[in-house]
Amino acid sequence: MNEAVVSEMPHDASRTQSGTHSGYSYAFLDELTKKSVRRAILKAVAVPGYQVPFGSTELPIARGWGTGGLQVTLSLIGPGDVLKVIDQGSDDSVNAVNIRQLVELTAPGVDTTAATEEATIIQTRHRIPEAPLHADQIMVFQVPLPEPLRVVERRESETRRMHAEADYGRIWVALYEDVVQHGRITRSAGYPVVVNGRHVMTPSPIPKWDVPRLHQAPFLSLFGAGREKRIYAVPPLTDVVPLAFDDYPFAIEDFDGAHCARCGSDDTFLVEVPQPDGSSVMSCSDESWCEARRTERGQS
Amino acid sequence: MGYTPVKGGADAVRAAAELTRSSSSQLIADALGERSTLDHVQAHLGAAVDRIMGEGGLFAPDLAAVAITQAEGDMDEAALLLRAYRSTLPRLGYTQPIQGRDMRVTRRISAAFKDIPGGQLLGRTRDYTHRLLDFSLLDNGGASTRGQGHAETTVPPLDGHADDHRPDATVTADASDGAGFTWPPFPKVSDTLRDIGSIAPLPEQSPEETPFDITRESLRFPVPRSAWLQSMARGETAAMVCLAYSNLRGYGYADHGTIGEVRVGSLPVKILHPVTGVAVTIGSFEATECEMFGPEGDAPVTGAKGRLLPAFGLSYGLVIGRNERKAIAMSILDSALQAGELASIDGGEVAPSNDQEMVLSHIDGIESTGFVEHLKLPHYVTFGSQIRTQMSPRRDVMLAAERTLAGITPEVATERGTGDE
Amino acid sequence: MSAIATLPTEIVRHDHVASRNAEQIALKVENLEARYGRGCSACHELTGPEHSTNVCGQCGTVIACADVSFAVRAGRTLGIVGESGSGKTTVLRCLYGDLNPAGGTASLMTYEDGRANLFTASAQVRRRVRNFDMGMVYQHARDGLNLRISAGGNVAERLLAAEWRRVDQIRARAGHLLERMEIPRSRMDTPPSAFSGGMQQRVQIARALANGPAVVLLDEMTSGLDVSVQAGVLDLVLELQRTEGVAMVVVSHDLGVIRLLCERTMVMKNGRVVESGLTDQILEDPRHPYTQLLVSSVNA
Repeated sequence: MNEAVVSEMPHDASRTQSGTHSGYSYAFLDELTKKSVRRAILKAVAVPGYQVPFGSTELPIARGWGTGGLQVTLSLIGPGDVLKVIDQGSDDSVNAVNIRQLVELTAPGVDTTAATEEATIIQTRHRIPEAPLHADQIMVFQVPLPEPLRVVERRESETRRMHAEADYGRIWVALYEDVVQHGRITRSAGYPVVVNGRHVMTPSPIPKWDVPRLHQAPFLSLFGAGREKRIYAVPPLTDVVPLAFDDYPFAIEDFDGAHCARCGSDDTFLVEVPQPDGSSVMSCSDESWCEARRTERGQS
Repeated sequence: MGYTPVKGGADAVRAAAELTRSSSSQLIADALGERSTLDHVQAHLGAAVDRIMGEGGLFAPDLAAVAITQAEGDMDEAALLLRAYRSTLPRLGYTQPIQGRDMRVTRRISAAFKDIPGGQLLGRTRDYTHRLLDFSLLDNGGASTRGQGHAETTVPPLDGHADDHRPDATVTADASDGAGFTWPPFPKVSDTLRDIGSIAPLPEQSPEETPFDITRESLRFPVPRSAWLQSMARGETAAMVCLAYSNLRGYGYADHGTIGEVRVGSLPVKILHPVTGVAVTIGSFEATECEMFGPEGDAPVTGAKGRLLPAFGLSYGLVIGRNERKAIAMSILDSALQAGELASIDGGEVAPSNDQEMVLSHIDGIESTGFVEHLKLPHYVTFGSQIRTQMSPRRDVMLAAERTLAGITPEVATERGTGDE
Repeated sequence: MSAIATLPTEIVRHDHVASRNAEQIALKVENLEARYGRGCSACHELTGPEHSTNVCGQCGTVIACADVSFAVRAGRTLGIVGESGSGKTTVLRCLYGDLNPAGGTASLMTYEDGRANLFTASAQVRRRVRNFDMGMVYQHARDGLNLRISAGGNVAERLLAAEWRRVDQIRARAGHLLERMEIPRSRMDTPPSAFSGGMQQRVQIARALANGPAVVLLDEMTSGLDVSVQAGVLDLVLELQRTEGVAMVVVSHDLGVIRLLCERTMVMKNGRVVESGLTDQILEDPRHPYTQLLVSSVNA
């Protein structure tokens, strides 16, 4: 594991703001920025699945690498919160480590964890943890491309109108064409869904495996797209239904009965790991879940 | 007004070259007692060296360092220097084909899989650092070269006028807009033409009550002109030059305009004094400004002398610092965006440079480079999901069933419909 | 035939008291006005056939159409004839929602029983009415079809926008409609970019009829087609008139098309209606000088 050693924030003598000793604000963002992000979040919760535009400030992390999810997390987090950060389901991914460390540096009083059940805020890229989540937890998703209609229409002015008028014929016909050409729907990660019976939304590039977890979930889901400058939300206990036909229904990924090579699970989302001899094994993408299963079986 | 060509063009060229040479980094380095600047460039500006080699098309790190130094950090200029040098080299022959797999690797990653045979070697990368300015560089003898040994304060201005707009100008109180300031000795070309009556007067009121603020609000199209000017003012130079170039070449409404003026210098920063309410100058910054006259503006208007004017469209570019090519690109794009939707004359597609969404969504360098490079991030979950989905059966089951029901065998249409009428 | 020196300012009507038929009014339009520009008090007086212009001399606003009123009964066809700039296409675009009118009312028997003004409904409602109750055939196939998806997909898009959710039913309906347009089912999954002009128009008609709409609007549907091809399309429309019971508005500059398809006709010039009534009477005994000019130029 590449744990870069960072001991403290660089000291900027020109700043006199109160907050941490380094002169930066608590949780890096200044209070006005946090306020504008929270306003966007409230609006998003009020209209489930609707993409709320927001100012989206730059962070010390490249655009496209999680600045949207981070702005949401940094605007919500405070002393007493416990943060888990994962990327592809792994706490150890360098990207997750990088993000977690930035929060540790700028938000004293916040604990971090890899144990899903301990977290109050879970920032994630491309996965929902396998562990059941409860109503006191908030999922914060990093979103690269928030617009589900972009595949059929490249202009934002037009996709905005389509959402406003619930004019979704073109995304439906794209699915129809998919069925006609391939005999089934071939959309995979980032599968479009209808939220609260009204707005079509992309759940971020999570696998199909995770999409049913959003439907009538007890937890709040927030989606942050920093580069595209949009925030959207699925409040708890909201209908989230994947777009599909009655005779070509939505189906999650099929692993052909494979098991995780590390913990033996056959009921989690597995990823393929190529081996030097040309073969490959499957293992859980959710590594903290996998580790806990191994412990249960006395395998650690 | 008669136009008298200025004599002494050759002298002016010579003096400009002298200005450039006398302000070169080597002089600065000598003045500051540094070692060779070339060493410094190679040691500390390695990314710049690599970029120049790539764009110049020549693998020669030391020559790239020379180019960067000589061009004072103007990367496009440095690439040109290296490219021009390359073209002087004789072609000695062709190498043998080589394979990427034979590379001696210092860094190797994959987004498609979490682990791969040979491992994920992060190597030397800034990808996972926090982008926080390292202020220790400021403290440790890295005194700013601006204001010390800088061209503007070591070489007297050519025209001998006192220049009150130096970067270190102290606070000056303005009783009114004119007093306490030396009025610029160079009247704006556009102002002169307005006085003559050759171009339309400025409108009485700005068409926008308050300018858009792109740092507070995100763009929702279509956006007002202040929003696109702001976006372009901090746009990436290369991206803007690319799109402006496409417009000039004909991808879009291209009857290219004429540069009325490019000016480089310092502009004052003024605020209203919180107590007296009077305008006060608190500092200055260097900027480059470009005004272009396009071939067409709005409906004809009556000018200062009562003449009906062909109404040149005016387009504008303004950037922080000295960057003429960006200011020019900005004014070309300003003109293109003003033409906007009207530019698709034949009802066809709007060209990229005339399309607000296309231009404004793609010229921010921080956004574009971040997203392009984010592909290096792990994507093995999405990749795995795609593979799993492709592998499911049911191919052709639906169509076969239909064929059976309809009793027909579908043909694959390969040519345009014939005899179908 | 005298030259048009001064034109009467009144619209010449041939309304006879026909026996009231049992068919209800499918579409009713009153005082429709559309313009490009901000408009001024003089626009109305300074434009129209008596001034031979659509452009207001005072403010430069283009009055595309004004004072347009008509009604179409179910199963009947109204023709609108005039030259370019007459405003006939503008009327259709306003009805279909491609253009926002400046004033007037439009009511559809399937929308609030014809009691509400479609023009003042919200964009979302207007889109719903357009998707469920109306059909439009454009002059150019590229405006009415998505040439990148299959012919069946173009028809399916309308069904999907009307919330059909079974692929087998969608394909059955789309295939059936295309067959009626004499496009074989084997071409159903081919993009119309590969079709001839006449075939593309027939795909448009199939698409316009997909949802069994109350009103179908046809804008110069035979322009640009070979005469023999035109005949085929016209035959098809005649047959549809007999079988579908749908109200149609046919716009054309071609009096032959109008004569063939439309029981009633409106003649437009410079954005105003100059004559209206039974097609046969207008063609045989035109009263307005402009109509006389039109008719004589065909007969000559």
